[in-house]
Amino acid sequence: MRGNRLKAAVLIAFCWIYHPAAGDAEVLAVRNCNWCHGGSASGYPPAPALAAQRPQYVAKQLANFRAHTRDTPFSRQYMWGAARNLDAESVRNLALYFASLPPRAASDGVPSLVGLGQTIYQQGMPEANIVACVVCHGPNGEGIRDIPRLGGLDSTYLRRRLEQWNQGYHAAAGPPMISIASKLSDDQIDALASYLSFVK
Amino acid sequence: MRSLNSLQFNRTTRARFVWLVSQKLKSAGSHVGLAALILTFVLVGTVSAQHRISLSGDVQAKISYCKDCHGVSAQGFNGYYPIPRLAGQQPEYIENQLRAFIEHRRTNNIMFNVAHSLSPAMINALTAHFASLNPPPIGGAPRQLVATGRKIFEDGMPEVNIAACAACHGPEATGSGQIPRLAGQLYPYMIKTLGSWDKERGRNPTVPDAAAIMSPVAHSLNKSQIEAVAAFVSTLRSPRGTPNAVQ
Repeated sequence: MRGNRLKAAVLIAFCWIYHPAAGDAEVLAVRNCNWCHGGSASGYPPAPALAAQRPQYVAKQLANFRAHTRDTPFSRQYMWGAARNLDAESVRNLALYFASLPPRAASDGVPSLVGLGQTIYQQGMPEANIVACVVCHGPNGEGIRDIPRLGGLDSTYLRRRLEQWNQGYHAAAGPPMISIASKLSDDQIDALASYLSFVK
Repeated sequence: MRSLNSLQFNRTTRARFVWLVSQKLKSAGSHVGLAALILTFVLVGTVSAQHRISLSGDVQAKISYCKDCHGVSAQGFNGYYPIPRLAGQQPEYIENQLRAFIEHRRTNNIMFNVAHSLSPAMINALTAHFASLNPPPIGGAPRQLVATGRKIFEDGMPEVNIAACAACHGPEATGSGQIPRLAGQLYPYMIKTLGSWDKERGRNPTVPDAAAIMSPVAHSLNKSQIEAVAAFVSTLRSPRGTPNAVQ
């Protein structure tokens, strides 16, 4: 009886000391992200949604922030520091965690621009040398592998990213996106950002 | 005032240049004929250079547009859908496929729109450019399939009446005319194409085309044989650009 009580006491003490601490550490990393990226990581402009984002893309971007190859002002201000102390396992766990959250469309674009945005996304504009986004980003903007999900991201983030490639930031884009973005006019960027913000 | 000055300066320099040339020619004799000849060359050169600049501006923009999807060296790109390699491809094959999209022989909404925007002169310039490229394959196929794929490619499978791929596509898979180069083609693109041949090619019964030749072959190959052939050709480096490559 006394032995059992002792065992119980030790067990309670053990749980009290270790388990909540371990749990806190895990939650803390996610909480740090959600502070900017919104509850359920569904985005809180200017920080984009991470929910349902491609895990390979998230992991690659965290590596890019650490390597300072994603170099836009918000990256420098927030993400370089946020990613600095993440080890490989934390990166993997965070990427898988965000990928597991359900997507929620920001739906904050201009409804009247959706038609043009959809045309550019689905068909491109061959006469203007603008390619169809759907070929790489998928029919519902869902992305694949390290090609990011675009569907449902907020329109200010989408617009900013497309503009920044034209402004000389490396922004960690592979060869296609800098070239593609350079061919888009401001109106076309607005239309794409508006359309994608509604895509579920 | 300043522009006038620079104009005068230019005129002076040009006059001096002409004078120098004429002096040289005089010393060489027969100056009239030579001067006329040189003048002709200069004029023709200027006109064709200007023409080339305006044409090449459009061509360069269109090449950049193609490469936005097909890869910076036209080596192909794995997007949501596999986008085929065009580097080293037979000009006649590309030209025929572009027409196939328009004539609904080959179904692809995006390439249908693209093909409609290209003039015959543009198509010639593009196909010549792509034929001249020969970057290494992008890889990514399972290595253990390559040996089986090589055997099918080189020997065929006589027991099920499948001819060697090399018989038509060439021993180095460089293709010829309307028969495409397969060397270095993307692994997932090869699988998709062979696996859904009749859904994508030879779709217009009123315009029969070379797709009919491949149809029974694609049907006779099972999934693992398709994967093996795809793996083999996707790793093939052609030792040179396409033999028929122009320019």
